[in-house]
Amino acid sequence: MSDTTVQLTTKKDWMSDQEVRWCPGCGDYGIMQAVQQLMPDLGIRPENTVFVSGIGCSSRFPYYMNTYGMHSIHGRAPAIATGVAVARPDLDVWVVTGDGDALSIGGNHLIHALRRNVNLTILLFNNRIYGLTKGQYSPTSEVGKVTKSTPFGSLDMPFNPLSVAIGAEATFVARTHDLDRKHMMKVFKAAHEHRGASFVEIFQNCNVFNDGAFDDITRREVRDEMMIDLEHGQPIRFGKDGHKGVMMRSDGAIEIVEVDDVGEDALLVHDARREDPSLAFALARLSHDDHSATPFGVFRDVDRGDYGTLVSHQVAQASERKGPGDLAALLRSNSTWTVS
Amino acid sequence: MTDTAERSQERNGAAPEPIGRVVIRFAGDSGDGMQLTGDRFTSASALFGNDLSTLPEFPAEIRAPAGTVHGVSSFQVHISDHDITTPGDAPNVLVAMNPAALRADLGRLEPHGLLILNVDAFTEREFDKAGYRQNPLTDGTLAGYRVVEVPMTSLTMGAVLPLGVKGRDAERSKNFFALGLVSWLYSRPTEPTLAWIDQRFTGLVRQSNEAAFHAGYHFGETTELFDHPYQVSPAKLPPGEYTNITGNTALAWGLVAAGQLAKLPVFLGSYPITPASDILHELSKHKHFGIRTLQAEDEIAAAGMALGAAFSGHLGVTTTSGPGVALKSETTSLAISLELPMLIVDIQRGGPSTGLPTKTEAADLNIAMFGRHGEAPLPIVAAYSPAHCFHAAIEAARIALKYRTPVILLSDGYLANGSEPWCLPDVDGLPDISVPFATELNHVDEDGQSHFWPYLRDPDTLARPWAIPGTPGLMHRIGGLEKRDGSGNIDYTPENHEHMVHLRADKIARIANDLPPLEIHGDADAELCVLGWGSTWAAIDAAVQRTRRTGRKVAWVHLTHLSPLPKDLGDILRRFRRVLVPELNLGQLCRIVRAEYLVDATPVTKVQGLPFTAAELETVIEEALS
Repeated sequence: MSDTTVQLTTKKDWMSDQEVRWCPGCGDYGIMQAVQQLMPDLGIRPENTVFVSGIGCSSRFPYYMNTYGMHSIHGRAPAIATGVAVARPDLDVWVVTGDGDALSIGGNHLIHALRRNVNLTILLFNNRIYGLTKGQYSPTSEVGKVTKSTPFGSLDMPFNPLSVAIGAEATFVARTHDLDRKHMMKVFKAAHEHRGASFVEIFQNCNVFNDGAFDDITRREVRDEMMIDLEHGQPIRFGKDGHKGVMMRSDGAIEIVEVDDVGEDALLVHDARREDPSLAFALARLSHDDHSATPFGVFRDVDRGDYGTLVSHQVAQASERKGPGDLAALLRSNSTWTVS
Repeated sequence: MTDTAERSQERNGAAPEPIGRVVIRFAGDSGDGMQLTGDRFTSASALFGNDLSTLPEFPAEIRAPAGTVHGVSSFQVHISDHDITTPGDAPNVLVAMNPAALRADLGRLEPHGLLILNVDAFTEREFDKAGYRQNPLTDGTLAGYRVVEVPMTSLTMGAVLPLGVKGRDAERSKNFFALGLVSWLYSRPTEPTLAWIDQRFTGLVRQSNEAAFHAGYHFGETTELFDHPYQVSPAKLPPGEYTNITGNTALAWGLVAAGQLAKLPVFLGSYPITPASDILHELSKHKHFGIRTLQAEDEIAAAGMALGAAFSGHLGVTTTSGPGVALKSETTSLAISLELPMLIVDIQRGGPSTGLPTKTEAADLNIAMFGRHGEAPLPIVAAYSPAHCFHAAIEAARIALKYRTPVILLSDGYLANGSEPWCLPDVDGLPDISVPFATELNHVDEDGQSHFWPYLRDPDTLARPWAIPGTPGLMHRIGGLEKRDGSGNIDYTPENHEHMVHLRADKIARIANDLPPLEIHGDADAELCVLGWGSTWAAIDAAVQRTRRTGRKVAWVHLTHLSPLPKDLGDILRRFRRVLVPELNLGQLCRIVRAEYLVDATPVTKVQGLPFTAAELETVIEEALS
């Protein structure tokens, strides 16, 4: 513990001895592989790392990591993780959650963890379905979704997870998907490096209850034309040979254009560091369905003091100002009198 | 100031008449500052050396429509030259600032009691708002009381207008006029109040409050409305250094102390709720003790944060009242399954639902005892007096830490806001409640490999090791799923679940071995035993003392630990022919002891948002004895 240099770890150091119990073919496996493979690159130690999850398929995740971990209550992981991160700003705290866990039963905790900017890396596995309860629609399911609980189609307007996060004053917002380990590792690394709350939506396939939900976007054959990779400081281009791009119109709205039509200089240059969240918000809402070109990568990455550190500063400042707590003096801090 | 006191005695030509005790009730509109008036009178009396007990009562509305009965805010204080525990049954004196206050509280005043009225507020319009059809001053309503009519508003304005105070602001100081008047009447020292005004206010407000206080004091001594002042001498309390303390402050300080005694930082996750919020306010001031306080987004998150902090090696605490306990139930159950230490503090109020937010009740024993899904027992500690809240907090933390379990600490609105003199404990004499964190691997498997098993238990306490993040080699995962004893790995097998359910129950039951023997107050050889818990302590104490002074025998046992129940309780209760259980609910403890010990205990219940009076319990005891 006293060593200032962190000992190197291997992927194996981060894998627990527990048998992984997700369905064969589940997207969760790929995400776990990406996280376990990434960990040695982060220069952190398993004993200083905590994974907290709620309830749902994805929430089994902590059991498979050889770190400190808590599989907690449906929806409450951001709150419990806030307790960990505020009590111990020295720890690396990760939250693993799903669309039902984070956006339905735990919506309140998610938005407050984001606005407080608690130092958490939040991985939201979005499969647009309730898997563990065997196939009901979720708050990210598309309108008209036919499930066991919506035999005539769901009537609910779904959440756009990134819009929710940006609306909740998140300082880091990103999106990746379960089929591209390299992309996941790159995004997770950036999320981990961000001090404060990092929110990552992961398109994750539930091959049992909602198979192929993201196929039209993330399938290898269509990926080039459907995935818009955001790079900070770069013009937003995608498609074969970058023939498409994103442009901001004079009314502030953004749209997909053919680069040949508008010229490269007209393309929007991505700026994840922009304090004002309107660009990130516009990008988050560029696509409205599962069949349109969709941005991936880091949408927003701005600095704001993280909550646990701010709390620790207040504690330190109070100690500096008042000296260490003296219980006997506290008991005498109101008027006292002596009976002899 | 001393001058004033001396002069007053000269002018009256006689020393104040000594009396042993007096109960005064200040009542007025929510905006009249009655809580402040009562609080200041109490402080001056405490510094003077009286024993005392207080009962603040205020409406749930911040400012109910002025002049209405439901907007009345009152503060009752009992001061005495001897040891007392209750805020008094019927007040001897009622100070009513308006007709609504008179209407709300006249029924409480003792027959022939002294009624001090602000007659300036007794107008047709105010009668109407208070619901009086006729003038109560003239229609015979006040027959049988000693009525003193004082034009407090106009006298206050007369005192403060020359200072340059304008308009309605001038009226605002009338509570200080009332305080001055009653301070004179009961020979209170004026210095503490004037010093407080000086410290609390600035500029014109300070000047006008001082002027109003003096005006009230002088009005007492110069007019002939009162024959003479009274004197309640200092009480002969045990030697020591005292402070006047409310239950919520004592509880907050107890949490500070628990952190120090456990050598752990305190983490409070809390959501504002009456009457528990003051604990959050108080702890927030003491960050230099390493305390972290977090006002969460809701009750659920507050509990979750405390649990997360506990997992990370802090003394995790969440404070709330009834509705919040319901919301925290899910997290409490997880804490039971995780076997982590945590405190859930419930300052009970009248329920169900929002109920009576500002009034007291002790009807959360059932939810504390049973209000969780599955077999989920946990220890319950109940404070019995404002000062005892300090020690109860330390005891709750001791049990939580030693046995790695959530503990519910029960207080109530009466204890929370009521105050009493507290003989300060010797800090060095407080118990060491620290427990070690796990630092080593604790299990060797068949292949000779060493592991950390998070559910390997201490054979005596059955507590599991507390290995906090940051400890190399002890990484482990815990969760709400059933786990195998020892390894902590997920295990749904029938035998293991049954084993774990019994084990968790056994762990809590064994805490009974760690509790001191019960004390039987009064006559151990009586036929009747009163069994109490929580804030009924004060009224039972007074009622038992009064009964025994008449030569009758009665025993009294008071519980601080409600789960597990003390080992000797059953045997003690079976010794008595009759057992009475007074509770501010419909008999929740009574039902438990009947089920647990097959004793024919009788419930004595009250659910009016008010504590028992000593007289009520005295009557019940009398009836049971005859």
